[in-house]
Amino acid sequence: MFSLLQQTAPVVVNESEAVIHAETAQAAAHGADAAHVATAADAAHGASSAGMPQLDISTFGNQIVWLLLVLAAIYWVLSRVALPRIGGIISDRQGAITGDLMAAEEFKQKAKDAEAAYDKALADARAEANKIIAANKAEMHKELDAAIAHADAEIAARSAESEKRIGEIRATAVEDARAVARDVTESLVQNFGGSVDQNLINDAVDQRLKGALQ
Amino acid sequence: MATEEHSEGLVFHPMDQFTVKPLFGGTDVHWYTPTNATLWMGLAALCIIGLLVFGTRGRAIIPNRIQSIAELMYGMVRKMVEDITGKEGLKYFPYIMTLFCFILFANALALLPMSFSPTSQIAVTAVLALLVFVGVTVLGFVKNGTHFLGLFWVSSAPALMRPVLAVIELISYFVRPVSHSIRLAGNIMAGHAVMKVFAAFAGAALLAPVSILAIVGVYALEVLVVTIQAYVFTILTCVYLKDALHPSH
Amino acid sequence: MENLGQLGQYLGAGLACIGMAGAAMGVGNVAGNYLAGALRNPSAAASQTATLFIGMAFAEALGIFSFLVALLLLFAV
Repeated sequence: MFSLLQQTAPVVVNESEAVIHAETAQAAAHGADAAHVATAADAAHGASSAGMPQLDISTFGNQIVWLLLVLAAIYWVLSRVALPRIGGIISDRQGAITGDLMAAEEFKQKAKDAEAAYDKALADARAEANKIIAANKAEMHKELDAAIAHADAEIAARSAESEKRIGEIRATAVEDARAVARDVTESLVQNFGGSVDQNLINDAVDQRLKGALQ
Repeated sequence: MATEEHSEGLVFHPMDQFTVKPLFGGTDVHWYTPTNATLWMGLAALCIIGLLVFGTRGRAIIPNRIQSIAELMYGMVRKMVEDITGKEGLKYFPYIMTLFCFILFANALALLPMSFSPTSQIAVTAVLALLVFVGVTVLGFVKNGTHFLGLFWVSSAPALMRPVLAVIELISYFVRPVSHSIRLAGNIMAGHAVMKVFAAFAGAALLAPVSILAIVGVYALEVLVVTIQAYVFTILTCVYLKDALHPSH
Repeated sequence: MENLGQLGQYLGAGLACIGMAGAAMGVGNVAGNYLAGALRNPSAAASQTATLFIGMAFAEALGIFSFLVALLLLFAV
């Protein structure tokens, strides 16, 4: 690192040396040592600008002329080309952003509308389904009622018939029992040697049976 | 006087970098001679045109990097002008943008090694400041007539104080171009001279590391100063312009 | 006699640099007060950066003047 720096320092010296050589070509001999160059520089500066180059009046005109030229050129380019273009770009972008935002708003509105339509369709479908279900239910109820009524009627008819047959069986059973009792009584009476009075026997049997057959 | 000699061979030429030299040999500097000042001012102009014109060539809605930089500069200066001077100041926005860009790029390019810094020259900054001063003064009288003199008559102060304040205000008004120009030139000159002094210390092997570190630090500070000075020059121009447009005291 | 003049130049240049201390205090004062205000009311800080830079520039200009006086004494007298 040190060697690098030591190399750079003479470069600085050489640069100023070159300047001085240009200015005082005859005065400063080539290969002069640093002290010699420095005194030559003092002499040169003392002659032209008293040390501070900024105060060298002889260069003012040059700088001012070139400065005004450069400023005029920059101003011309900026005001004619660059600034309107950048302003245009920025306002274009602003316009694009506003347009995009409005389009987004529109799409949002559309999405909202679609959602509302979907909701409405859903509600309609649900109502329709409910209606159909109710109708079906009613129909099924009616059928069921009819089937139940039919079944009830059949059951009633069957039970009536059974009742009738039971009654018949019961009646025949009573008659048979009476007949058997009469026969038995008649034969008993005959065996005991009594005269058979049909009416008397009938009455007696009926009397006895009334208690037994109830 | 500017040169001090030590036995180790340290050579101090802190002011030599500000010398205006003809570009193509010779010693005479006529007003038309292309000099190193011309070269670096021209380079600044080319950089500005490259950034603000060729950088925005695409006119892209989604900007690339260079176009973003151009738009940031545009937006910053425009907002500054609008915030300080109001809507009617926007008419002078191109000139203020010219000043800002020129000073910023001339300052920044001067930080390159072996370069020349036009903004360290009193002649250059004095012209910049005088253009603003004369322009603003003329503009104030054209826009407001004699009302412009109200700038110096502090009507809110006690009546006895007003003449005294008027003298002070008048002096401070005429010191404006001086401080405006010296501030820029002085800052740039001081920074560059300090760097050159530290560079000369690098000739001694013992001091070299310290001086290298110091140069790095000063250079970093200079990068900041370069931007801030361009900003300050521009913002003061805006303030003076506001005084011309609304001389309300 | 010439040496005496040079002595005066160098002494004057050195004395002129004392003026930079004032500028340093001024700039520090501006920045410090800005920071104090900005910490109390951070929402108002961004709108006052322009004022900060203007104040700093004014304070700093006077330091630059003293630097200029020093340079003039060194090189231009």
